Amino acid sequence: MSENDSKSYLDMDLLRFTTAGSVDDGKSTLIGRLLYDSKSIFEDQLEAIELSSRKRGEEITNLALLTDGLRAEREQGITIDVAYRYFATPKRKFIIADTPGHIQYTRNMVTGASTADLAIILIDARKGVIEQTCRHSFIASLLQIQHVVVCINKMDLVDYSESTFNDIVAQYKDFASRLDIPHIDFVPISALNGDNVVDKSPRMPWYLGGPLLYILENVYINHNYNHIDARFPVQWVVRPQSKDYHDYRGYSGRVCGGVFRKGDEVVVLPSGFSTRIKSVHTFDGEIPEAFAPMSVSMTLEDEIDISRGMMIAKPNNKPKAEQDLEAMICWFSDSQPLQLRNKYTMLHTTNEVKCMVQEVRYKVDINTLHKIEDDKKIALNDIGRIKIRASAPVLFDTYRRNRLTGSFILVDDLSHNTVAAGMII
Amino acid sequence: MSSYRLTHLKHLEAEAIYVLREVAAQFQKPVLLFSGGKDSIVMTRLAQKAFHPAKLPFPLLHVDTGHNFPETIEYRDALVDKMGATLIVAHVQDSIDQGRVVEESGVNASRNGLQTTTLLDALELHKFDAALGGARRDEEKARAKERFFSHRNEFGQWDPKNQRPELWNIFNGHKGFGEHFRVFPLSNWTEMDVWQYIALENLDIPSIYFTHEREVILRNGSLLANCPYISVQSNETVMRRMIRFRTVGDMTCTGAIESTANSLEDIISEVAAARMTERGTRADDKRSETAMEDRKKQGYF
Repeated sequence: MSENDSKSYLDMDLLRFTTAGSVDDGKSTLIGRLLYDSKSIFEDQLEAIELSSRKRGEEITNLALLTDGLRAEREQGITIDVAYRYFATPKRKFIIADTPGHIQYTRNMVTGASTADLAIILIDARKGVIEQTCRHSFIASLLQIQHVVVCINKMDLVDYSESTFNDIVAQYKDFASRLDIPHIDFVPISALNGDNVVDKSPRMPWYLGGPLLYILENVYINHNYNHIDARFPVQWVVRPQSKDYHDYRGYSGRVCGGVFRKGDEVVVLPSGFSTRIKSVHTFDGEIPEAFAPMSVSMTLEDEIDISRGMMIAKPNNKPKAEQDLEAMICWFSDSQPLQLRNKYTMLHTTNEVKCMVQEVRYKVDINTLHKIEDDKKIALNDIGRIKIRASAPVLFDTYRRNRLTGSFILVDDLSHNTVAAGMII
Repeated sequence: MSSYRLTHLKHLEAEAIYVLREVAAQFQKPVLLFSGGKDSIVMTRLAQKAFHPAKLPFPLLHVDTGHNFPETIEYRDALVDKMGATLIVAHVQDSIDQGRVVEESGVNASRNGLQTTTLLDALELHKFDAALGGARRDEEKARAKERFFSHRNEFGQWDPKNQRPELWNIFNGHKGFGEHFRVFPLSNWTEMDVWQYIALENLDIPSIYFTHEREVILRNGSLLANCPYISVQSNETVMRRMIRFRTVGDMTCTGAIESTANSLEDIISEVAAARMTERGTRADDKRSETAMEDRKKQGYF
């Protein structure tokens, strides 16, 4: 790495993307290729999986072994969990949330999608748009991933045919018109041969777009952060009680939306007291402004009683404060289905409230996007719309408006497990 | 108008600080596991940043195998002094003396595995309910599936098939009596990120990360430092080499690499060009294909 590169490393963006796929669609091969071609697979890792592949009697090195780390996964040849992979090019650092794509892993796909800026959806060129394509796309849309890259894979098995590619693009566009995905790109690839993965393929001169990695490196990232509505959930109150900082009282947290500057008039919720920002600072000193997702501390002009779970916003732009919420949820618990009127703890921003699900409006068939209104039992991997009542007003924005103030999880009070994830409508 | 853009290092920093503050807020008695290695050095800096201008709201815990590099201990004591932090040291030797564990025998004997008992005993003794560690997902395949907030049952064990899902930036630290959490704020960092951050923040690191001349032996493909805790076999020769370490663990299982890197910039160039993972030099991971997963299930770091 030259000095130039080492400086540019300090000025890199971060792109988080998710991949979902099932056993045979070439997802592991694609990830293996991205890691291998970007030199993110090390010799000892490659040697280790070559050795395991041979032990298992496989002829070619099984790149899936790179992502399947747990003993059970290796023994059964399946991916159980979300695995996170990292690679970097001189332009960007990438975090891949690699999730299994079978319907029984819906919760893993939802988890991976919750922090992703972009989703890669793989389609086998021989099969076209199938149920699982719909499922993955629906989840991307539900979790408000702004950018989907549809990779039409195994082009080598359809003679690199332009018309096959065009047919699938038309099929997908037709289906995606029912979803809420603002940007969709289509790339014809062969993960196995590396066509249009890192370099542009000479075998498909009819394709005028860039290879997949080019798209990943150049796509505009806004990280889904809202820079309009100022939201600062208080996470921690700093009171040093030391000689140098005798009267210091700072409010720490991560900005969830909008911009905060010194002198801004702010309101503290739910109490409703207003004051001004005295300073915005970090360990490295005072800063002119704070925006999502920065972790900062603020001091305020007036002494107001503020504790964790409260939110600092602007007087002319407050979040909603309601006890009755409508939300889409995905159920995560394999042992207990959703029980109406059972008490759960809702974790929302830095706040916790008790809540009760009052009604299941409908369940979604995630393969067809149909609403199911006659079966309202919500169990593991089910997605549905619910009406929920909290024990105190929740300070929120809709999930569409702000991913961080519009999302919550439900915790079961007996097992302490996370049983559901919700997006407020 | 600003672009509202953060570099990837600032992103990772903001995320780690958020996680550290969640730990302080959600748990009664957290502790930061400190080894003197580069990851735990970055962790202490991030903790400093998270709670500034107050002091750390938790102590540091070092599980001391007694087989440390002396340079690491010197560094540790100086850092703790400078930060005004509280340090608790748990000694593997005490666990051996109390008959809690039995020392391994044989050529490759190491106290690495014994640390688990010492660690779990220390967590129980001090009633710590969250232990902050510097482990990263890019280090090892079992760690790639680890959560930020990793639940441990009352026996300190990890159940990889029954982990809590983590969505957005919401972390569920609810738990039953006697259970605890391991928390990994550096989950999304890579080795390169750690080095770049050390350079960006201009952090001091133990001298063994830089090139120096040392007596080493070659064993199972790893260069191990010659020390009183290793018995040199008749077919092995002690050599003097210019080496440095990429990770800091026990002297018995931390392999060195031949290197002339004597500045952070040199190290960064070396890491960028490296074709082996840093744990490729760790004999403790080479014991089996799932060595890390097996140790983690028992309660290892």
